[in-house]
Amino acid sequence: MAKAKSTIISDSSEWTQDLLTQFDKEIARIAQGFKLDTYPNQVEIINSEQMLDAYSSVGMPLGYSHWSFGKQFLNVEKHYRRGHMGLAYELVINSNPCISYLMEENTLTMQALVIAHACYGHNSFFKGNYLFKTWTSADSIIDYLVFAKNYIAECEEQHGIDEVEEIIDACHSLMNNGVDRYKRPNKISLQEEKARQANRAEYLQSQVNQLWRTLPSPQNKVGDAAEKHFPEEPQENILYFIEKHAPLLEPWQREIVRIVRKIAQYFYPQKQTKVMNEGWATFWHYTIINQLYTEQLVNDDFMMEFLHNHTNVIYQPSFESQFYSGLNPYTLGFTMFCDIKRICESPTDEDKKWFPDFAGSNWIETLDFAMRNFKDESFIAQYLSPKVMRDLKLFSILDNDEHPDLEVSLIHNEDGYQHLRQSLSENYNLGNLEPDIQVYNVDVRGDRSLTLRYTQRNRRPLGNTKEEVVKHLYRLWGFPVKLEMLDEANQPQLLSECPPKAHPVKH
Amino acid sequence: MSRFIDRRPNGRHKSAVNRQRFMRRFKKQIQEAVREAISGRSIKEVDESGEKITIPAKDTSEPSFSYGDGGVRNMIFPGNKEFIPGDLIKRPNQDGQGRGGSEASDSAEEGQDEFAFEISKEEFLDIFFEDLALPNLVKTQIAKIPNYKMIRTGYTSQGIPANINVVRSLREALGRRLAIKAAKNNKIRDLENELALLLSSEPNSARINVIQTEIERLKRTIGTIPFIDPFDLKYNNRVMRPEPSTQAVMFCLMDVSGSMDEAKKDIAKRFFILLYLFLSKTYENVEVVFIRHHTSAKEVNEEEFFYSRETGGTVVSSALELMRDIMLTRYPTSDWNIYAAQASDGDNWNNDSPRCKELLLDDILSLVQYFAYVEIMPRHHQSLWEAYLTIKEVCPQFAMQHIESVKDIYPVFRELFKRSEGITHG
Repeated sequence: MAKAKSTIISDSSEWTQDLLTQFDKEIARIAQGFKLDTYPNQVEIINSEQMLDAYSSVGMPLGYSHWSFGKQFLNVEKHYRRGHMGLAYELVINSNPCISYLMEENTLTMQALVIAHACYGHNSFFKGNYLFKTWTSADSIIDYLVFAKNYIAECEEQHGIDEVEEIIDACHSLMNNGVDRYKRPNKISLQEEKARQANRAEYLQSQVNQLWRTLPSPQNKVGDAAEKHFPEEPQENILYFIEKHAPLLEPWQREIVRIVRKIAQYFYPQKQTKVMNEGWATFWHYTIINQLYTEQLVNDDFMMEFLHNHTNVIYQPSFESQFYSGLNPYTLGFTMFCDIKRICESPTDEDKKWFPDFAGSNWIETLDFAMRNFKDESFIAQYLSPKVMRDLKLFSILDNDEHPDLEVSLIHNEDGYQHLRQSLSENYNLGNLEPDIQVYNVDVRGDRSLTLRYTQRNRRPLGNTKEEVVKHLYRLWGFPVKLEMLDEANQPQLLSECPPKAHPVKH
Repeated sequence: MSRFIDRRPNGRHKSAVNRQRFMRRFKKQIQEAVREAISGRSIKEVDESGEKITIPAKDTSEPSFSYGDGGVRNMIFPGNKEFIPGDLIKRPNQDGQGRGGSEASDSAEEGQDEFAFEISKEEFLDIFFEDLALPNLVKTQIAKIPNYKMIRTGYTSQGIPANINVVRSLREALGRRLAIKAAKNNKIRDLENELALLLSSEPNSARINVIQTEIERLKRTIGTIPFIDPFDLKYNNRVMRPEPSTQAVMFCLMDVSGSMDEAKKDIAKRFFILLYLFLSKTYENVEVVFIRHHTSAKEVNEEEFFYSRETGGTVVSSALELMRDIMLTRYPTSDWNIYAAQASDGDNWNNDSPRCKELLLDDILSLVQYFAYVEIMPRHHQSLWEAYLTIKEVCPQFAMQHIESVKDIYPVFRELFKRSEGITHG
């Protein structure tokens, strides 16, 4: 060593609170140098059992009580105890301050990796990405969860666990249909929430009554009524529709619908930015730890352990491997961010042709822009380069159930790049991953039945779960519920109905 | 600057309530699974550790709208080696199981139809013995008060020096002193005021002297108030409280004559183990006495009881006699709750059956909480069964059932121990 005095922070692999603070200080300094803007961090050290607990509440630090979380817990516990599954090294919550969990079992190296990954990577993503900014309110989520937990506990006391459970079950089944995909939501604020909660119950009820009061008006001509359509436009947010218009729900039931809906909305951006979020965090832990090494703050042992773990994280088994379980979002995201940096720093001719607007630009700014303004779908459509497709050897398979065989439609070649990129982007479009089902009509003048409409694309059918979901919806709506499908010839067909009517048997 | 918080000392079972909710919701299925588990395999294993429970996955599923198989999809995979556009690949395994790798592999890990998880031994037994109760338990606790325990119940003013409660006593003393002093102190204050007044207005008044003496006297009286008085003393009060006996002894009586083959012994064993588990849930301390008999009875250890082979005829009364003797010498009813289970295939020497009846009625049944007789796979009921039937009619703590196959063990057990009103308070 040239230097007389070692700058290495620690030779040990055991962590102590002091060392963590020291690492955090250095990492924060480096992160700042890279212009990462973060919420303040709150790092909580927990043991593995507490991690199991945290897992089962889907990452909510305090959730309301429900059997499905218990099921999740039993499942995770079983796999963990049998050694089928390691626990994640960290969990991070989109809140302000940003809460991350470190497991006590981790070595010092792992803790440093996790601090870089969660406290500066994910954290800056939560703070900067437009989806999180518009859809979630990091300042008040914890308060809102507390409110939700207490409210539901109160309901259980008043109305019994079974009643409440029934409502929550029904809401959970519609959680995916409880988000606004296009509309900008109002932010959750606890003060407002509390203040409005009491009034809202009344107000909501009156709104509902408003709608239904007009219905048996005897003066109305039948002809006029047939013209009117309610809702005027199809509604994609089924839970919202229920909350506002379900005729028979009690005020507290409406509030529970609202709670589940709000929580679904809170998690929605995470689903849309899996690749970006993980890629971003992985890119930054990699960059930051390497910087530590460059500055000789960590030694070779540290680095070897780090690289070993990092490599595991971004391991992508190929499609025929027994370990293959889809594209690893860490790999894809990490590779893409690294690639963007490469294109900025040393663009090839190909890059200049594909990415004229940022090839050769300042990489920190370009990455920052990408992080702020995209979600997985658009990020891939915009930034996936031919080189990444070649490196990952991506290819696409066309599965058309009318053909006996699967067809290799595109590979990573000159003809394929553009389309391959488009297909991959579409595969990350949640609108494509989840069936498009909207509230189409309410028979306000008649039996008050609710009709959902599934718009079919690519001839894809709905899974068998639809019957169950329709039953759940019936529980909330209180009057008959129908699910119909608009096939590609624009003809509606009845798929499911609750309560079932005696129809001529058709198989 | 980041804030580090060590949460490890916090509670670690935050999910316990959710887990409880899960158990609550699927109680029926779990009970079903527990019963299945019991009838399916050796009961001894149950006692060892947690139990794996499997319930149908469709009950626990959380449905949401999703795509089914079919239609047109374009999927992207990594790791191409030799494919070129236009290559055709055979569909893997019908059913269109090409649901995108991730889902396929997730579901393969866990059987499609079952949700499996583990419950602890305690939970297992709780579910298993739910709705069952030990007969005559209540009666013993009330009728026989075998043990006393000293417990503290506040304070008294009488007692022995060893029980003096110092803090209490001193507090009393302080209170008393304050109370007695108060009136005198008031008087002194008044007198002093008056004195001060007099001293300034008429310094030569004779009254001054009187007041001074009076103050002097009062102060002296205050000085004589005892620091502590026998009246102040408080003693810890201890009383004897009857404690119901929480130990039980279980007599296992089994016929090991030639006609009891391995299958029958196995059934008997399972029955005994069930009873043992059940008793150990209720009593802190359960002892087991194994008595085996053919023509003569012998007390043996567990190993010998279940596994060694014997042949020969059968005299049931020998076992009952031995049980009675052991009971009288080692297990006084003042200290022990006595349970007995007898297993046999019903064979007995004909002349012996009346003797058995006599023994039970005269010597045994008055001492035991419960006597259960199971007859295992009898070819036909013999004299013993007939004799016992007459006992059953007159004696509520006697019960009998017969077991046809392994599957019957649990139902019979439930039948014998099901919670019922009436008998316990007889």
